[in-house]
Amino acid sequence: MSVVIILILAGLLVGLVFLGAFVWSARSGQYEDTTTPALRMLADDPPVKIDKTNITLK
Amino acid sequence: MSQEVLELQIPPAHAARVGGRCFHCGEPCPADPPALDGKVFCCLGCQTVFSLLRESGLDQFYQLQAAPGIRVRSASVVARWKFLDDPAVQETLLDYADGKQSRVTLRLPAIHCVACVWLLENLFKLHPGIGKSRVNFARREAAIAFAPEKIKLSELAALLASIGYEPQFTMGETKTKPSPLRKKAWLQIGLAGFGFGNIMLMSLPFYFGLDSANGPWFRNMAGWLSLTMALPVVTFSASDFWRSAWAGLRRRALTLEVPIAFGLAAVYASSVVEVAAHRGPGYCDSLTGLIFFLLCGRLFQRKTYERLAFDRDYKGFFPLSVVRKITPAPVGSQSEKSTSGGFFSLSSGERAGVRAGLFQARNEPLINPVQGEECIAISRLQTGDRIVLRNGELLPADARLISSAACIDYSFVTGEADPVECRAGAHLYAGGRQVGGAIEVETVKPVAHSYLASLWNNEAFRKTRDNDLESLTNRYSRWFTKVVIGVALAAAAFWLFRNPSKSLQSFTSVLIVACPCALALAAPLTYGTVQRLLARLKIFLRNALVIERMAEINTIVLDKTGTLTTADARGVQFEGNELSDDEREWISSLARHSTHPNSLRISRALGAATLPVHEFEETPGCGIQGEIAGNRILLGSQGWVEGMSDPSDTTGRDGSPPAGTVFVSINGTIRGSFLLQNSVRPEVGKLIASLGGRYELALLSGDNEREAARFEALFGPCAVLKFNQSPADKLRFIQELQQRGRKVMMVGDGLNDAGALRQADVGVAVVEDVGAFSPASDVILHATEVPRLAKVLDFAGAAVRIVRAGFVVSALYNLFGVSIAAAGLLQPMVCAVLMPVSSISVVLFSCGAATWRARQMGLISKTSAPLPPDPLPAKGGPGLPSVHLIVGTGAAANP
Repeated sequence: MSVVIILILAGLLVGLVFLGAFVWSARSGQYEDTTTPALRMLADDPPVKIDKTNITLK
Repeated sequence: MSQEVLELQIPPAHAARVGGRCFHCGEPCPADPPALDGKVFCCLGCQTVFSLLRESGLDQFYQLQAAPGIRVRSASVVARWKFLDDPAVQETLLDYADGKQSRVTLRLPAIHCVACVWLLENLFKLHPGIGKSRVNFARREAAIAFAPEKIKLSELAALLASIGYEPQFTMGETKTKPSPLRKKAWLQIGLAGFGFGNIMLMSLPFYFGLDSANGPWFRNMAGWLSLTMALPVVTFSASDFWRSAWAGLRRRALTLEVPIAFGLAAVYASSVVEVAAHRGPGYCDSLTGLIFFLLCGRLFQRKTYERLAFDRDYKGFFPLSVVRKITPAPVGSQSEKSTSGGFFSLSSGERAGVRAGLFQARNEPLINPVQGEECIAISRLQTGDRIVLRNGELLPADARLISSAACIDYSFVTGEADPVECRAGAHLYAGGRQVGGAIEVETVKPVAHSYLASLWNNEAFRKTRDNDLESLTNRYSRWFTKVVIGVALAAAAFWLFRNPSKSLQSFTSVLIVACPCALALAAPLTYGTVQRLLARLKIFLRNALVIERMAEINTIVLDKTGTLTTADARGVQFEGNELSDDEREWISSLARHSTHPNSLRISRALGAATLPVHEFEETPGCGIQGEIAGNRILLGSQGWVEGMSDPSDTTGRDGSPPAGTVFVSINGTIRGSFLLQNSVRPEVGKLIASLGGRYELALLSGDNEREAARFEALFGPCAVLKFNQSPADKLRFIQELQQRGRKVMMVGDGLNDAGALRQADVGVAVVEDVGAFSPASDVILHATEVPRLAKVLDFAGAAVRIVRAGFVVSALYNLFGVSIAAAGLLQPMVCAVLMPVSSISVVLFSCGAATWRARQMGLISKTSAPLPPDPLPAKGGPGLPSVHLIVGTGAAANP
């Protein structure tokens, strides 16, 4: 019956991984604005990575 | 899921008679449009923005959406935004500042499409001082990082305004940060879902009796694992329930949370006892499932409308800044320059300046509109300051008129529809709006002591609105709790004598089974569904309690101006010989160039026309004139037009014309006059007929009695009609009704109704543009939906009946469950199945019944999918909303 223990532990592990992913997404504010990302992806090329020299200003 | 995309005002289709449509903004082009690269534009402003974007490599803006631009109405002037560089102002506006880099969140109401999002997030390509920008579409906000050394906040605002996204600043509205509470709500629900799913997985063998094959150690392990996983769910996810229950107990009020908390505690405690005693795996699956469903119900109901504010006080209506005169000029000597026409009125040099300003604006503003003027924050406005008010601007403090003449529209404050002509020295009240050219005034009272502010000192504004102790659910839960605890104690006492070993079990079984999950879910889900369905009809409810209060209404008080009547094309009549098509086109082309509400209405009534106008001139308080196709056309007040025309043609007019008459003269001959009347909204008659039988009706108007007869006929003999009502009168009238025990719903718009809206049991604010400012209210209703009011009230009543039916279902279920539990017969297995089944049945019943009722009442179409995705808002014609704002609610805040 030890296979049940392995299965349960594996199942829990998978669940915890997804819980961790959810906690991360909620904390990083992905649920704050659910409208704009849907529009943003419609533009072909996403905003170019901003040159660091542009924002780190002397 | 908690965000709502609101539809913007859709302008009526204007037929572009000549020249096609502007490549940038989509408005009809004039006969000889400015063109670039084979693309035509409606004005040089649009062309300028187009070439600017192209030079900056932002062409994609036009590929994302056809004609995505916003027409720039007035020249962008850095000096206008100078007040933003005031450290005190910056402190309230900036989200973050460390000297090198600042971040600000700006409200940009012009955001309307995917191209806007793209352009604003590529803003850094336009200016080297701008860093990363993020748009929140639902809130119409952009968070922009910038280097204050390279670009000042005022220059950033000017740059945004110059490409059509004018930031909106108002007093009283400080930083709107996403609350950490919402993040917590998501975490709570996620954790509860995790616990529910995984505990259920481990409980499945027990449901089917498979556990015996694995022996007792499996049962023990599953039990302890379930208890471990349920612990964070009970402590963290359900923390709000514990807190509310504790608060309720301390107030000695049996709110709904009290029995829920009792139930949760009983279930968890008995699970611990069972597992520890090796009797079974406990009830953690039902427990976490219940918490998960309860949280879902809360989330469902807590739908907020990002762009709407239901709690605005008068400060929200005032601009953040005013134009102050630095050196007071001699009385009446300042040049009154028409601000209409935007780019039309700019010289080519100024236009070049606007463009150059985008890149070169550093310290010195390139364009300074008038020498000796400065923009200051309204908080720094002092008594005795001389300020300049341009067309459509709101007077923030009581003041004395310095200029020779002014035309003040008090519709916002008093409800009086017609603007008041004032002479030099007249006392002007805060909240008035200048119509026509710029005027100069001297403030005589501080902002906080003005006539408008005094309205907010009324008692009605101090009481807190939402007393959730009175809600239907709490009324039911009060007796529910008493009955359940009584039955549980009685069962425990009974078994104590008969069979003491069963006593504790029956006590906890009763608490577990009677846990008011159905009670807790019925109201949130039904009301959440109702709110969602109504929002699709542009009817926005402040919260779920409003529905219950709406169902109790027996008296409806209606405001006249802006609520029942509307100032639109229907109310424009021409008196005189019929105009030819050419003449109509000339007049419309001329009227289009003025921002006076009368001109706009005439222009709209005659249809769009864009013939070029030469020598356009606006004389404030009198009228406008210009030359079109070689014809000299005058449009204005009787005295002015007659004075400028051939006097012999003023044939046989007796007496002075009614207010709201605009005279027309073509080539020196008076052709006739336009009579502008507020027309009653279509279907208002039907609405009043359908309301009249069931509700006591009253009409309150700040306007004079000239339309009394018309409304007496409409309302019938029973209704109370009152005219010349001040805001305080309206408030008092509502109070008197309430003292007679009536439940009053007030339907109104504008600040003049603010007190009455607040005092009434349900305040309904009627707005022309849902994104615009509306006074504090419970319901925000789009103006076109006013005729639906009767159905909305019926629907609210139906919703309350559905909730009651949900309670009955839950009571029957509880009767069944509790009687078995009290008899000590309840098997853990039955208990575990009954709880989720009852929750799910309530969920289905509440949502299904509310949607079905709405379909039956014709509020939503039968063919539409239950919940289609939020449609992208149609692009608001930039010209038309401003018309609404001036004529309608008058709630524009153009700083």
